[in-house]
Amino acid sequence: MTVQVFKIPDSFKKDVKFSFCPGCDHGVAVRLVAEVLDELKIREKTILAASIGCSVTLYDFLNVDSIEAPHGRALAEATGVKRARPDKFVFTYQGDGDFASIGLAESLHAALRGENVSAICINNTTYGMTGGQLGPTTLLGQVTTTSPTGRNLEYYGYPIKIAEHVALCDGTAYSARVSLDSVANIRKAKQAIKKAFEVQLQGLGFGFVEILSTCPTNWKMTPSKAHERVRDEMMKTFVPGVYKDVTSDGLTRRMR
Amino acid sequence: MSRIVIDSDKCKACYLCINECPKKLIKIGNKTNSLGNRVVEFDDPEGECLGCAMCAVRCPDLAITEVYKG
Repeated sequence: MTVQVFKIPDSFKKDVKFSFCPGCDHGVAVRLVAEVLDELKIREKTILAASIGCSVTLYDFLNVDSIEAPHGRALAEATGVKRARPDKFVFTYQGDGDFASIGLAESLHAALRGENVSAICINNTTYGMTGGQLGPTTLLGQVTTTSPTGRNLEYYGYPIKIAEHVALCDGTAYSARVSLDSVANIRKAKQAIKKAFEVQLQGLGFGFVEILSTCPTNWKMTPSKAHERVRDEMMKTFVPGVYKDVTSDGLTRRMR
Repeated sequence: MSRIVIDSDKCKACYLCINECPKKLIKIGNKTNSLGNRVVEFDDPEGECLGCAMCAVRCPDLAITEVYKG
């Protein structure tokens, strides 16, 4: 007997076609979100706060109600939506420049207030949509269009580790960092997204997942080389794992 | 028999699926699609496909739309 083991999630619009560059992991992340919305059966009560960046056209792909937030303010909008309509499921989908640079105040204060929303942050160590400028998560030594000799410590300082910062906030219920470099890690990423959504449904507080992703266009690499870079360089600095989980018995455990 | 369905109009020729397949059944074909990309083909004459769906999980553009196992 033949069984169907993979299909396009129902939470996508009909005949969806992504506008991302070839080999970009954004497509995988969006698909994981759609699969989790399907599994939790919450598509009809979901409100998405989309952000500025490569994730800006997310409302074209997901068949959910959505609002578009100004630069970095997705979690401020999500806060308002959730407080006005506490019965709805509210989540944001942001990039690292949006979450951790332009909107760092909004993001961290949403976590500190313990807003009952979920946030997903795609970390690709650069400003992808605007042409690969140096971002808050750019690794030391990484060459970008605005750091042509590589990010040096004296001039630019250190990259921000978002998942750890969010985990330090007392209002956070779940904070994890996952990677999309291999199929095994993609499956782990889906579990983390599901967990971050579930803590909101249980009313426990802020749920957050940082997803290590690739930007083959701006890194000037082939898609498979870009995954090797995630494995060899990014995962050394940004170590994947669960940094806070109030549903486990107070213990921080690493997922690796 | 296990098989996959490829929507070649969505393929952007990143070729990530080729490395993922444990049986190496996905190959770069000779056809180009409306985007001008040389799309991948599923070539499984001996019915070796396991239906593991690793290619579909890896594909960032939903170009592998269905996977059947059996």
